[in-house]
Amino acid sequence: MRAALVTEYRKLVTTRLWWILLLCMAVYMAFLAAAVGWGVSQGNAMGSSPGSDEQLALAPDAVVRTVYTIAVTFGYVFPLLVGALAVASEFRHQTITPTLLAEPRRTVLVSAKVISAGVLGLVFGLVGTLAAVGAGAAVLTLLDQPTFLDEASTWRSIALSVLALALWAVVGVGFGSVLTNQVAVIVVVLAFTQFVEPVLRFVLALTSWGADVAAYLPGAAGEAVAGGSFFSESGVSSLLEWWQGALVLLAYGVGLAAIGRVTTFRRDIT
Amino acid sequence: MTTDGTILVDHLSKSFGPVRAVDDLSFQVAPGRVTGFLGPNGAGKTTTLRMLLGLVRPTSGTATIGGQAYGEIRRPLRTVGAALEAASFHPGRTALDHLRLYTPQVGVPDARAGEVLELVGLSAAADRRVGGFSLGMRQRLALATTLLGDPRVLLLDEPANGLDPEGIRWLRGFLRMLAAEGRTVLVSSHVLSEVEQTVDDVVIIARGRLAHASSLPDLARMARVQVRAVSPDVAGLAALVERSAWTRAEAGDPRVAELWDVDAATVGAAAFAAGVELHELTSRDPGLEGLFLQLVGSVDAPGTDGMAA
Repeated sequence: MRAALVTEYRKLVTTRLWWILLLCMAVYMAFLAAAVGWGVSQGNAMGSSPGSDEQLALAPDAVVRTVYTIAVTFGYVFPLLVGALAVASEFRHQTITPTLLAEPRRTVLVSAKVISAGVLGLVFGLVGTLAAVGAGAAVLTLLDQPTFLDEASTWRSIALSVLALALWAVVGVGFGSVLTNQVAVIVVVLAFTQFVEPVLRFVLALTSWGADVAAYLPGAAGEAVAGGSFFSESGVSSLLEWWQGALVLLAYGVGLAAIGRVTTFRRDIT
Repeated sequence: MTTDGTILVDHLSKSFGPVRAVDDLSFQVAPGRVTGFLGPNGAGKTTTLRMLLGLVRPTSGTATIGGQAYGEIRRPLRTVGAALEAASFHPGRTALDHLRLYTPQVGVPDARAGEVLELVGLSAAADRRVGGFSLGMRQRLALATTLLGDPRVLLLDEPANGLDPEGIRWLRGFLRMLAAEGRTVLVSSHVLSEVEQTVDDVVIIARGRLAHASSLPDLARMARVQVRAVSPDVAGLAALVERSAWTRAEAGDPRVAELWDVDAATVGAAAFAAGVELHELTSRDPGLEGLFLQLVGSVDAPGTDGMAA
């Protein structure tokens, strides 16, 4: 198992994909955190004016939580893709053949992929979250807003944001194990994360029963881990407890990987 | 764990839906020899190799290496080195990085990756991305991958594909050397001529079934020479064939005698002595390739002697 882990880790870091995605994530998260930090704090400053929307009701600590954990809301697509492509690219480039020759125990292989992607996911979580925290705090400081970086609860949110993003990489491996077509993986991941789930959550929030269901969608579970989000703070949906969210996200990842193990990884490799 | 590197394929069958890709195939591959695994495209060679390697599950029968199924072998890369397709690389990875993926699983130090690159003559390209490699270079890299664990058994699928003549000569010497060290070397090919200077034994399959298995000299002995004699004297020719007890193949035209296992000089001398006028006397040696085609053609259609062109 240890050897399989080293091998899987090396597979992840010996192509350019991981650092290109990591760089994109860092830049994107820094930009979003700065923009949202500016936007919501401006809204907050004008909180007393009439005709304000629900964002204006945000408490200052909720503002920073939204900004610092923005990667969980909008950036999880990066670790998700890294995890999914760790499996799909093996089929795309037919490297699955030498992979299985080196490790014929397919359960060991899938487990090694899940764990190694989780570790790389921590790196994505760390970089993505710190990019958001850095840019967000800089903007808040410039605007003379409190950064809350001296509070333990803020750092707890930051740490949980890292955890949530690491779990997203695990979900990615599970997803890639079920859907091995690389192009389909990219299309479905982008469509689901950027469009389907946000719309679904919005629509479900309009119904009386939908909010409870929406909380179990993967994106909402991820946000629950970080303890707050752009969506929840703006009242679009309610969230689970952080540990419940973590378990739900883990269940998606491990569950999908298990399905992949008995479908994709059971088939003949021709 | 047995130390013997014998490959044993025993009543192996595989169906993909209605297609019977491999049909009750049995053969054995001995260590210390280079064995050619031959058959036309689509004969089931790759499917057989994939079953041997645990990648494809047989419908029935077994395929073992040293008495074990591939999946049961601990650290399989130390026992079996297999290169199935020259395309099994991530194009964005360098040659050295590709090899280093497997060193932990083989259980050898990373320096071994450089050593095997040296062995196949790819050291200069160690840090180049595989995406820019020629087919020949990929073949060498695939071979290098199989050598990481210094395995007793080597399975190479069409290793000469894409190699230039010099590369093919190098590969021959290399495979001979590996076999001389006591390893089991199985090399697949769709043309016999490509491997006929390399192999000791041949296993020929067609339509998923065994067509022939023997040593190469035994195969060569099966190659039958053929002589075509044409005479306007139909009766004289027939009498001559009868008297000499030659085997005459069906030719349609009574003036034409297609004769087996006899050379042109013998036929010419006998015809001259008997006073039979000949208008044509040609000998045809189908050679190993002709024999190969004949053997391949005989599967499913026994009794028809497929003629070499």
